[in-house]
Amino acid sequence: MSVQTIKFYQTGSFVVGNRLLEPGQRSVQSDPERSNALTSGHRACQGCGEALGARYAIDAAMRATAGNMIAVNATGCLEVFSTMSPETSWQIPWVHSLFGNAASVATGVAAALKAKGRTDIRVVAQGGDGGTVDIGFGCLSGMFERDDDVLYICYDNQGYMNTGVQRSSATPPAARTATTDVVGPEPGNVFGQGKSGPLIAMAHGIKYVATATVADLRDLEYKVERAMSFRGARYIHILVPCPLGWGSASRDTIQMARLAKETGIFPVFEAEGGQVVNVAKIRSKVPVEAYLSKQRRYAHLFGRSPRPDVVAHLQEMADDNIRKFGLVDNVAEEAY
Amino acid sequence: MLKQTEGSRGVADAIALCRPEVICAYPISPQTHIVEALGVMVKSGKLTQCEFVNVESEFAAMSACIGSSAAGARTYTATASQGLLYMAEAVFNASGLGLPIVMTLANRAIGAPINIWNDHGDSMAMRDSGWIQLYAETNQEALDLHIQAFRLAEELSVPVMVCMDGFILTHAYERVDVPTQEQVDAFLPPFRPRQVLDPVKPISIGAMVGPEAFMEVRYLAHAQQEKAVDSIARIGADFQASFGRESGGLLRTYRTEDADIIVVALGSVLGTIEDTVDELRAEGKRVGVVGLTAFRPFPTVALREALGHCSRVIVLEKALAVGVGGIVTADVKASLAGLPVETTTVIAGLGGRPILKTSLRKMFDEASSGALKPMTFLDLNMDAVNREMERVG
Repeated sequence: MSVQTIKFYQTGSFVVGNRLLEPGQRSVQSDPERSNALTSGHRACQGCGEALGARYAIDAAMRATAGNMIAVNATGCLEVFSTMSPETSWQIPWVHSLFGNAASVATGVAAALKAKGRTDIRVVAQGGDGGTVDIGFGCLSGMFERDDDVLYICYDNQGYMNTGVQRSSATPPAARTATTDVVGPEPGNVFGQGKSGPLIAMAHGIKYVATATVADLRDLEYKVERAMSFRGARYIHILVPCPLGWGSASRDTIQMARLAKETGIFPVFEAEGGQVVNVAKIRSKVPVEAYLSKQRRYAHLFGRSPRPDVVAHLQEMADDNIRKFGLVDNVAEEAY
Repeated sequence: MLKQTEGSRGVADAIALCRPEVICAYPISPQTHIVEALGVMVKSGKLTQCEFVNVESEFAAMSACIGSSAAGARTYTATASQGLLYMAEAVFNASGLGLPIVMTLANRAIGAPINIWNDHGDSMAMRDSGWIQLYAETNQEALDLHIQAFRLAEELSVPVMVCMDGFILTHAYERVDVPTQEQVDAFLPPFRPRQVLDPVKPISIGAMVGPEAFMEVRYLAHAQQEKAVDSIARIGADFQASFGRESGGLLRTYRTEDADIIVVALGSVLGTIEDTVDELRAEGKRVGVVGLTAFRPFPTVALREALGHCSRVIVLEKALAVGVGGIVTADVKASLAGLPVETTTVIAGLGGRPILKTSLRKMFDEASSGALKPMTFLDLNMDAVNREMERVG
């Protein structure tokens, strides 16, 4: 397999540089012999959170498996930008079948490997939020319920970005998409009940569920490696900001992910066997406005006819997450 | 070994003899007995080195088959009717990816109205899916075709659908000859995939292909199916040489040599038609029948040869293209282009309506006298139809 030597000095966020760490604790990306599972030359947009997340996640999975892995991809941005025939960015065995069936295809790959006695080869399935919590949800639930030996990674950019930014069931309330436009008395997406992929995954009682963002890539790598230490069904849900769909500056992708976590809008945690075992605490709590106001998909909440009521509603949802997951120490104490 | 057994059980025995490595199962009548039997074999340890995966839908069943086949495992599933339609997207995908999956289709009508009985509406809906479609006339042939199907699929890297009439075959107890493991092993070599997901030699399967190459990819799939015409005939002949009985091949003729009128049909109804032909022959009528075993690829040349000399062809179809009529008819007509042969369509047996010898005799009589309309629905209750038409206006 071809290797690409390191191009830059990589540090994670809120952590010391690689130089000060033991080699085993360093980012996969700091290794000059890194695997480059998703190598350069693909067609992702500038500032794409998904490309970054996938690169770190799959390289971490490769380190955990010594390269003995097969990836299954749902239809979506990641598939389209990485494999325009006759080119491919993938340096691993990789298969794409359909939009809604990545989890089932992965089940099939795992079954084949088991039948052949090759369980040393591990299976990772990946898809966007649409391919995971919408159209692929039945297949995903089936894979969880059977406890098939598959790590499923959802790269959540909160909408159907590949088809031109339409609403998915992971699109947050009030966000503008092409199918939830800023018109009528309730501009943007509806305030429904929401649909949490990670919590539903946990309800299946599977071995390992984690959330992560591209703001803390070292944490993401750790979670992938942790996931690979289990056998059976596992799920990692990664928030990957999308400059195109969110209307955020491409240079702000990491910041958007960090703000999503620091506001409490996107709780970062780990769960084993259906129980939360670890949460990433908010370091300095930020009001949701700081996160929302940097994205054009929420522009209608500010500006000429602002909607402080909607912002307050979103703040309530973030505060609710903070209470439920104990994201801020004193708040957690109040809740209990 | 001769065995008095249910059609589904015979197919399950044949599949087990083919040493499948992954079987995906989702229940739908009338296919269930096949995967039930295979499930028992795997769970009891009778069928080893095989994973039996109970999935949550037919879409998942075919998707898991795609993953398993792409990882190099010999892969099998079975379905019927609504199940086939529910997996339709993955059915097309499996052939597009060139994955040699073998699937039994226990032919059953498509709803609404919901109906669990036999016709060919399901497989005909997947006519253009890129799968090879073989139709069994008897339980013995259903058993034999599955053994041939794996070899055919794996030689060509094209998936094969073995169609057997739901209930009429799947649930009928008949005597079948179940071959030995040694016989099947000698006939069917281990699966060597054309390409496989392997960390030692990573490849990307299922990339996006743009307008500059999509036509070529589709053409190659078509060329592969054209190659299958020869392969089906050759593998059928090989089967006969190895197992000592005729099974498979492209089509079968019955008393067609000097026939004026020939019926073309698929599946289990051929037995009834052959019996009717025998009776009419005894009365001196020159009639015959052609059974199509291969529908995809369509055996154009062989069919033209089998039918070219007669004056009238009746295509008896167990499916209806609403708004057009016959489905098989179009392909039969194309095969006979330029020849002075009249072709008529008879739609029969929809939703499990029995196709009786008396009705078939009437059909032959009308064809002889020239009274058979170009498009006929066998045993249609016109009173009920007219009543309903009057009611709705």
